[in-house]
Amino acid sequence: MSSEWPLWEIFIRGQHGLNHRHVGSLHAPDAEMAVKHARDVYTRRNEGVSIWVVPSNAITASSPSDKGPLFEPSNAKVYRHPTFFDIPDEVGKM
Amino acid sequence: MYAQMVKSEASNDDPHLLAAFQARIDAGEKIEPKEWMPEGYRKTLIRQIGQHAHSEIVGQLPEGNWITRAPTLERKAILLAKVQDEAGHGLYLYCAAETLGISRDEMTEALLSGKMKYSSIFNYPTLTWADMGAVGWLVDGAAIMNQVPLQRTSFGPYARAMVRICKEESFHQRQGYDIMMKMAQGTPAQKAMAQDALNRFWYPSLMMFGPSDKDSVHSAQSMAWKIKMNTNDELRQKFVDQTVPQAEYLGLTIPDPAVKWNEEKGGYDFSEPDWAEFFEVIKGNGPCNAERIEARQKAWDDGAWFRDGLMAHAAKQRAAKVAAE
Repeated sequence: MSSEWPLWEIFIRGQHGLNHRHVGSLHAPDAEMAVKHARDVYTRRNEGVSIWVVPSNAITASSPSDKGPLFEPSNAKVYRHPTFFDIPDEVGKM
Repeated sequence: MYAQMVKSEASNDDPHLLAAFQARIDAGEKIEPKEWMPEGYRKTLIRQIGQHAHSEIVGQLPEGNWITRAPTLERKAILLAKVQDEAGHGLYLYCAAETLGISRDEMTEALLSGKMKYSSIFNYPTLTWADMGAVGWLVDGAAIMNQVPLQRTSFGPYARAMVRICKEESFHQRQGYDIMMKMAQGTPAQKAMAQDALNRFWYPSLMMFGPSDKDSVHSAQSMAWKIKMNTNDELRQKFVDQTVPQAEYLGLTIPDPAVKWNEEKGGYDFSEPDWAEFFEVIKGNGPCNAERIEARQKAWDDGAWFRDGLMAHAAKQRAAKVAAE
């Protein structure tokens, strides 16, 4: 029957209080084994305190060619940054 | 290197797209899997990353050879951890190659059929415990020379895999040098064993960087694409310059009477390895080529029932879960 084990994306929380971060991917027959493999592959040196595994095909990504239309609108809105405003020195730190 | 003589593919793409792509690379941007790339870039990278991954996996065999015979429990645990790292490195790299549109099984089959290569170095036997020292010190040392600059390579997944790998390689090289120090400071017989390991691994380590630049036909395109960061001769020189003083510290002799400091070029002079031997090993006629592929083939065949069994189990669990809902 030989079919390849599906691909999983692995997210690791490095320390308490931090976000899970994408570290890579691996093949595993099911979610439980994916967690075990992720432990062996991505946390051999205390790199994590928590693991998420997500089937790669469950991820929907923005398209690289949409980069312009997708992100341009916010690039044009400089007033969203605190540095846009001049606050007089007398007012103190804000 | 771990990827030797990777032939770069020509591209028949739209010249405008090619120019825009090259401009991105020149600007230091990373190329990500779903973005447009020339077919030649994709194919060359699959070949290079695949070969690199295969080298990590096949590279477990010469060292795995000594796990059961390590001289102490501590040495055994360390060697085991090192070999496990190599499996991890292979996996990071396979995953990076897979983002380019080739499957893991396709790569494995290409390795077994001889269509894809692995580094020539792993076709040499590891005859004594001192070889574990020489492999860590020289082979991993040579690998680091190539992998450190590859952290800046243009393909994002490859660069990120290299960052992870480089963090771990330093452990590998140090454990090798530590074995060499112990042996070199040991009894005369132990020191002779260390010298013998250096004698046998010196030239094969120099071959890891691939043929001399004057005979290396694939460099220019790969360097323009930033998937090869330095020329073979540059890296080889750097390796020799780093290694000669380390050998002196051990009280061992590099098996090349031509090794001599050259003040003018600011590096050591040294002899070229026997390139005829290199090409024979690449062609499959090295001392261990057949044994290595046989071991990989056996692992692949013997593991088939296990891979399939876990898939069947996963399917059963899924069905049971659906039935329970």
